[in-house]
Amino acid sequence: MAIKVGIPKSLLFYEYYPLWISFFEGLGAEVIVSDDTNKEILDIGVKASIDEACIPVKIFHGHVINIKDKVDYLFIPRIKSLFKNEYICPKFSGLPEMIKSSIKELPPIIDVEINFFKSKKHLKDTVIRAGRYVSSSNRVIMSSYNRAYLEYKKHRKKIKEGIINELTGADIVKNNIVDVRKVMVMGHPYNLYDSYLNMNLLNKIKQNEAKVFTPEMIDDKYLNKYVKDFDGELYWTFARKLIGTALYLSHKECVDGIIYISTFGCGIDSVVGDIVEKLIRRNSRIPFVHISLDEHSGEAGINTRVEAFMDMIKWRDVLEDNISAHG
Amino acid sequence: MKITFPHMGNTYIALKVIFEELGAEVVIPPKCNKNTLELGTLYSPELMCIPFKITVGNYLESIEKGADTMFMWGGCDVCRIGYYNTLQKDILQSLGYEIQMFCLEPMKNINDVKNFLKKLSFVSGSKNYIKVLPIFIKGLRTLYEIDELDDLVIKIRPRELNRGAVDRLYSSFKEDVNNANGYKSIVETIRRYKEKLLKIEIDKDKEVLRVGIVGEIYTVVEPFINQYLIERLGNMGVEVHRSVTSSEFIKEQLDFIPFLKSDKEEVHRGAKPYLNTEIGGHARHTVGNTVLYSEKNYDGVIHLMPFTCMPEIVAGSILSIVEKDKDIPILKLVLDEMTGESGYLTRIEAFIDLLLNRRESKFYERDISWS
Ligand code: SF4
Repeated sequence: MAIKVGIPKSLLFYEYYPLWISFFEGLGAEVIVSDDTNKEILDIGVKASIDEACIPVKIFHGHVINIKDKVDYLFIPRIKSLFKNEYICPKFSGLPEMIKSSIKELPPIIDVEINFFKSKKHLKDTVIRAGRYVSSSNRVIMSSYNRAYLEYKKHRKKIKEGIINELTGADIVKNNIVDVRKVMVMGHPYNLYDSYLNMNLLNKIKQNEAKVFTPEMIDDKYLNKYVKDFDGELYWTFARKLIGTALYLSHKECVDGIIYISTFGCGIDSVVGDIVEKLIRRNSRIPFVHISLDEHSGEAGINTRVEAFMDMIKWRDVLEDNISAHG
Repeated sequence: MKITFPHMGNTYIALKVIFEELGAEVVIPPKCNKNTLELGTLYSPELMCIPFKITVGNYLESIEKGADTMFMWGGCDVCRIGYYNTLQKDILQSLGYEIQMFCLEPMKNINDVKNFLKKLSFVSGSKNYIKVLPIFIKGLRTLYEIDELDDLVIKIRPRELNRGAVDRLYSSFKEDVNNANGYKSIVETIRRYKEKLLKIEIDKDKEVLRVGIVGEIYTVVEPFINQYLIERLGNMGVEVHRSVTSSEFIKEQLDFIPFLKSDKEEVHRGAKPYLNTEIGGHARHTVGNTVLYSEKNYDGVIHLMPFTCMPEIVAGSILSIVEKDKDIPILKLVLDEMTGESGYLTRIEAFIDLLLNRRESKFYERDISWS
């Protein structure tokens, strides 16, 4: 029988799932992904985790509980750094420990350390260590990884074309030509693509006849170019991406509105959200709204804010048209 | 140049020594108070951690007193501290202040030390950074002296025979040390008070509770943030031990220098079964020191952290198993500008009661087994 590897559909899953899933499947494992986030997952997650944790981490706890009894292994890598000289967030480094201390009766955890802070030299090592749980052949492991990596590349390309795989519950972002306005929704990928967590925000924008964009759709090339203008060190990957996006947008003024989604209790957002907001407001005229989600956010409240924001964008168009027509 | 720096407990005394010896005019921010926090909160991002807010408050209050240059420790860690500089510069600029800022980056090797000394020599206006080295060392010595004094204070306070004797002595110490200038006279003041402290009448055989403090450094070291926790515990008859102090922190930073020994290895050994890697901030120390306290049979541990502090949240999560494994009660106190005094005190008192009860029941068990 195939070894069952469980992957919680949470946190960086949204960024890397094609890579992770096809890697383990290529090794002959059966990959079991937890359900879409739902009320039960949120509730058990909140209950299991430390009070002070951010919602995404609480939800992660819920996803672990959701699949832990169905699998032989849980894939919870210790992600310290994904890019040179950059960290993620301390919670990603301590995630295996947080899970082990809060949840009982766990299957063994594949907790390989992913740390490319100094270089990617030991990538192969990392891959082999992860693959060893399922396969004993380094050759098989590496070739499965290479194939998985291609999958991931393809996926990234699709995202840039605006098509986000349905697995993330956000396939709605297929861009439609009749939509006129463009809205950039910014935030951590797991806030953008978990439609339970953000209460279907992307769809709501879509329903307002606007195209949705996310930072992942902007090529890193551009981000990295604009981020050079930033006065200060950006040693968090999320910070580089989001601040890069903000600089890019305020320079190009290519969207009609920007929505920043953060979650209450996120240490990174408390810094990055603030910097992004200041950059946009100071350097551009793009309407901006910051929506902070917490466990108790009601959908009605979010609806009102999104509606009001979309109305504002529409009114702005009308106003500007009038001005340019008469002036 | 009028230089200032944020408060973090008594570190200001050592910083004052360094900058005065460098020949700069020093503006010490007013002792952290309600106004500091209110000012800081007003101009900081809403969900930023409390050390950031207090620091902003310190700067603003110092600027009012004429400061034009800010010194800050920062650098690239996994946590927010590395962004302090950027954000604070921006805040001050948008308030219209033209302020110079310079920052102490974490030191990992001799070269980093050299760079830091170079920055310091800029303060003194000289180009010769080698001349600055002895001044830096004087600063470190002051820091050690002051932390030694504070360690002594928390040992004696719960045992004093005349209530309030330690606190009275300490406030006159603060006054004297603030009026002293330069390395020599400051260190003399500290030593003089050490002697006075040792003369305070104590009950040597008093059975006191022993509580260890772990957590994020600002919240442990700055009494205003932790609402004078250490002093209060002492006055409740509890002997406190701080696992994080400024001097230990610096020692660990500099322990690539052969003669500087820190407790780092020991702490890592303690943390090993639970967290065998650095995840940022003081998380590994929090876990490690808690284990060490349990090994040394402390009665309990208090874990201090700023609200939304990422590394300490991970540590807090892990402490929940350490607490069970090692059978040592842990009280987690999360601090922000909303932390109210009365609820906070109630929790501390309840915790101390719990520890007292545990102690008594242990003795009781022993009594029975003797009979
Ligand atoms: S980046 Fe923010 S939301 Fe994500 S795990 Fe860290 S604190 Fe939580």
